Amino acid sequence: MKATVLVRPKPGILDPQGEAVESSLRQLGFSVGEARVGRVVDLELDAADETAARAEVERMCEQLLTNPLIESYEIELA
Amino acid sequence: MNEPRPRIAVVTFPGSNDDRDALLALERLGADGIAVWHGEERLPEVAAVVLPGGFSYGDYLRCGAIARFSPAMRAVSEFAAEGGLVLGICNGFQILCEGGLLPGTLRPNASLSFICRDVELRVERVDTPFTALCSQGQRLTIPIKHGEGCWFAGEELVGELESRGQIVLRYEENPNGSVADVAAIVNEHRNVMGLMPHPEHAVDPLIGSDDGAVILGSLVAAARGQAPAFV
Repeated sequence: MKATVLVRPKPGILDPQGEAVESSLRQLGFSVGEARVGRVVDLELDAADETAARAEVERMCEQLLTNPLIESYEIELA
Repeated sequence: MNEPRPRIAVVTFPGSNDDRDALLALERLGADGIAVWHGEERLPEVAAVVLPGGFSYGDYLRCGAIARFSPAMRAVSEFAAEGGLVLGICNGFQILCEGGLLPGTLRPNASLSFICRDVELRVERVDTPFTALCSQGQRLTIPIKHGEGCWFAGEELVGELESRGQIVLRYEENPNGSVADVAAIVNEHRNVMGLMPHPEHAVDPLIGSDDGAVILGSLVAAARGQAPAFV
């Protein structure tokens, strides 16, 4: 089973990387609103079923993949 | 000077690069610096631990996020839980925050630039083992050199830290966007401190400033007064 974890800076948290991307896009002539930059983690899992996989990836997110103080995450399983 | 020389450990992680400066500064200030490799599961008999600056594990994922799981960090956490003195400098501060030994977290500088220069700091608290030799409101000139030194915590947490006197050093002019100008904080029990500036790079007037000596000197004095602990 494969899991994809999307990690995002929480709303309201200053994201200087996103701001830099946003201003660069505008300089290129693109009309964009706010840009926020996160991270993608692709995982290969050895899990019995989706429920077990999700639970395990959630534990990974809490312990290592994200800092819950400043980041939120979303898990996609395939 | 015949005062006893306390033993203070400096933990080297893969990617630490200020460990030798920290050892040298501690030696000059009257301690015996003991180098400890991150793979050690037990600390030697020491009165305090310093987590030095650098880029442990290449700063992968988030600064300090991987180093917090190294075997030595388990020992350091136990040492701290028993009241042992722990000072985290720069990357060491980031590791302590990631490991939950200190509140908040360090984020990329608001400017996104790596900043390497002297900054002026204001001593907010002298009632810690890391600042006992300072005077209240004292101005210190100590260099910073970091890309991710923007300390962040929510408003409520900052209020709590403020009311418990846990904000120890503040920037006179905020270089990195840190919340409430925080440059250093202690934990609630005041035995663990993290700071972004590098006191170990400021212990000799020959290289610009020796203001860092009051911070590390405070630690050495506190370590001298404390029975060595085994973990």
